[in-house]
Amino acid sequence: MESSTHKDESPIPLEALRRLLPNWLKRFLPSGGGRAHDEHGKSMFGFTVFLLSESVVFVSFFVTYITLRLTTPHWLPPGVKGPDLSTAVMINSVVLVSSSFVIQAAEGALKNRNLNRFRLLWLATSAMGIFFLVGEVREWLGLDFGLSTGLVGGTFYVLTGFHGLHVFTGILLQMIMLVRSFIPGNYDQGDFGVSAATLFWHFVDVIWVILFSLVYLWRA
Amino acid sequence: MTNNPREGIAGADESAENSHSTQQTTWREYFSFSTDHKVIGVQYMVTTFIFFLIGGLLAMIIRGELITPKLDVVDRPLYNGLFTLHGTIMIFLWIIPFNVGLANYLVPLMIGARDMAFPRLNAIAFWMIPPGGLLLLSSFLLKSGTAQAGWWSYPPVSLQSPHNQGEVIWILSLVIIGISSIMGGVNFITTIFWMRAPGMTFFRMPIFVWSILSSQLLQLFCLPALTGGLILLLLDITAGTNFFKPSEGGNPILYQHLFWFYSHPAVYVMVLPIFGVFSEILPAFSRNPLFGYRSVALATIALAVISTVVWAHHMFASVTPGWMRILFMFTSMLVAVPTGIKEFAWTATVWRGRLHLLTPMLFALGGAVMFLFAGITGVMLASTPFDLHVNNTYFVVGHFHYVVYNTITMGIFAAIYFWFPKITGRMYVEGWGKIHFWLTFIGANLTFFPMHPLGLHGMLRRVSSYDPEYQWWNVIASLGSFLLGMSTLPFIANIVGSWLRGPKAENNPWHATGLEWQTSSPPPKENFEEIPVVTEPPYHYNDFGETEQPEAAGQE
Repeated sequence: MESSTHKDESPIPLEALRRLLPNWLKRFLPSGGGRAHDEHGKSMFGFTVFLLSESVVFVSFFVTYITLRLTTPHWLPPGVKGPDLSTAVMINSVVLVSSSFVIQAAEGALKNRNLNRFRLLWLATSAMGIFFLVGEVREWLGLDFGLSTGLVGGTFYVLTGFHGLHVFTGILLQMIMLVRSFIPGNYDQGDFGVSAATLFWHFVDVIWVILFSLVYLWRA
Repeated sequence: MTNNPREGIAGADESAENSHSTQQTTWREYFSFSTDHKVIGVQYMVTTFIFFLIGGLLAMIIRGELITPKLDVVDRPLYNGLFTLHGTIMIFLWIIPFNVGLANYLVPLMIGARDMAFPRLNAIAFWMIPPGGLLLLSSFLLKSGTAQAGWWSYPPVSLQSPHNQGEVIWILSLVIIGISSIMGGVNFITTIFWMRAPGMTFFRMPIFVWSILSSQLLQLFCLPALTGGLILLLLDITAGTNFFKPSEGGNPILYQHLFWFYSHPAVYVMVLPIFGVFSEILPAFSRNPLFGYRSVALATIALAVISTVVWAHHMFASVTPGWMRILFMFTSMLVAVPTGIKEFAWTATVWRGRLHLLTPMLFALGGAVMFLFAGITGVMLASTPFDLHVNNTYFVVGHFHYVVYNTITMGIFAAIYFWFPKITGRMYVEGWGKIHFWLTFIGANLTFFPMHPLGLHGMLRRVSSYDPEYQWWNVIASLGSFLLGMSTLPFIANIVGSWLRGPKAENNPWHATGLEWQTSSPPPKENFEEIPVVTEPPYHYNDFGETEQPEAAGQE
């Protein structure tokens, strides 16, 4: 008895929904099985799940920040100005956010197998990331509060520090992928590493946009 | 031919016993960085069982102290350390990773995959457990002692203990185990979404796989909140931040929210796989299909969803505002609906079935029945007025030990006996299994039932000395706990002895459904000679013939 039913007997019209969704979301839809051979799709699915989980750590920090800020009577201790939306911070943010477009272009270049263009854009992304990190450390050094200054200090350094750690990780990933791009035949097995590093970089950027709004744009 | 249960599985080779890939796993492999999901599964289960014995030993010292109202066995700081580490070990190093181990072994087999989605990540995740656990235990060697703030580590208590080294080690070890859990979660979700055999649709998956899907989603999306909270707590202790320090304007209640946002769903991470185990074993030993398969599958998902919005019921006494109390009281009582669906489905499965009361079935029935009791006290505790009355008393301790021991640990034993022939290729000794069951069942009830009257009469938890009027019930609980400790001895002897020289098991000794029973015992290196094609839902017990009944070894 050969079977013909491979469709999911789900009560929701999944097939109709499936067509409307972007590719990355389609990965999350249930299927009738039998897609174990798609290594790239599987790895990207796993990596996306990991990033969703990782984002909950940031959510817990954001919730901490918002709660403490709303419930503390004197958010800024006397004599402390708090985080300052300076020109340097603005430039830093613009550089980081625009690097997302650069890395996307790099991934596109690799898809077209234009290796040199890929390496150039990829290196540019890393440079922008390093620029951001250096700028962030310079900002920290110039602030009038430390880690143990009331609640403003703790939340500010934990949020920016944890995010900075992710920027640093992203740059490390990019370095590894750059070195690997010189290995002959590196992309014969697909380019999961590059896709994952790109997605990770977008993730870091989105977190920065939220962090920036909460920390710099929300004035006391 | 029509009643051959294997008919639904095209391509399952019945003569797989002596093929090229059926080499026995050597004992050395269990101590190596193996990427085989079956080896990793066994590594998890054996390692966590050792932690279970350690956690049990700590519990017996606690019960030894509580035989008399006076403080006479250990001093107070050590007593605090004992209950803190007992809880931490049992939750984070026994039940949760044991379930991961069981799922590691079973999920790829049940969905017809050759391995997990990311075998190397799987091995790394396992090898973080022993260092994390040893790190935690090493804090007993510290001069200032272990963490003493209970397994919750609520600030400000967790910020106040002298030196705080034990607390720091506790946090670090939990973060290590947490990272391992996230790796496991990513692996399970990807495996279940991507590695299913052709035709294995979601509504053809066994309930055990549904329960792993639900519980691992909870790990992925709730555990990071605890990790975040622990990082902030660590910074408060070591780096001088003030997040949870009330004296500096910090908010200790915030930690409670972060903690329970994970640690309430953690209960479901622990219990959902065991509901899955019950849903596999009860049909197999009553020869009935699982009643209401789809409802049970959806109830599993519903439980996972509801469990994320009930956490503040642990905080009814923590200056929680009235509207929040009512909201969380309502959601907590809502939990009874999907659990009721499950209990009903199990009852209906067993109803008018042809029962075979072998050891796995005894443990599954015992666990399911005692969960009913745990569920009833759970609904009582969900009600705010009652909860405030028994807050921080032994009633709460009794309630959750009926969940974690009488339900979950019983379910774990059921699972070990049920899949033992599959994992080892040998049969255990049925008589000793039954003795183990009765010792456990009696011991567990003797230990944990007295906690309910004690709590109702007002005995507080986490105290090492108490009013003499509580002594009678405490003596019973302590004697019960020693019986419970002894009850593991026949189990260990049975499992070790049978693994070494038990009679050879058939591929499907219980005549159960499910892909794991269609391959050899133990399964070959990549599980299946040929990936099966699935054409029907699970639990088709009506397809079996009259003579195909579960049989224990030596009863033919």
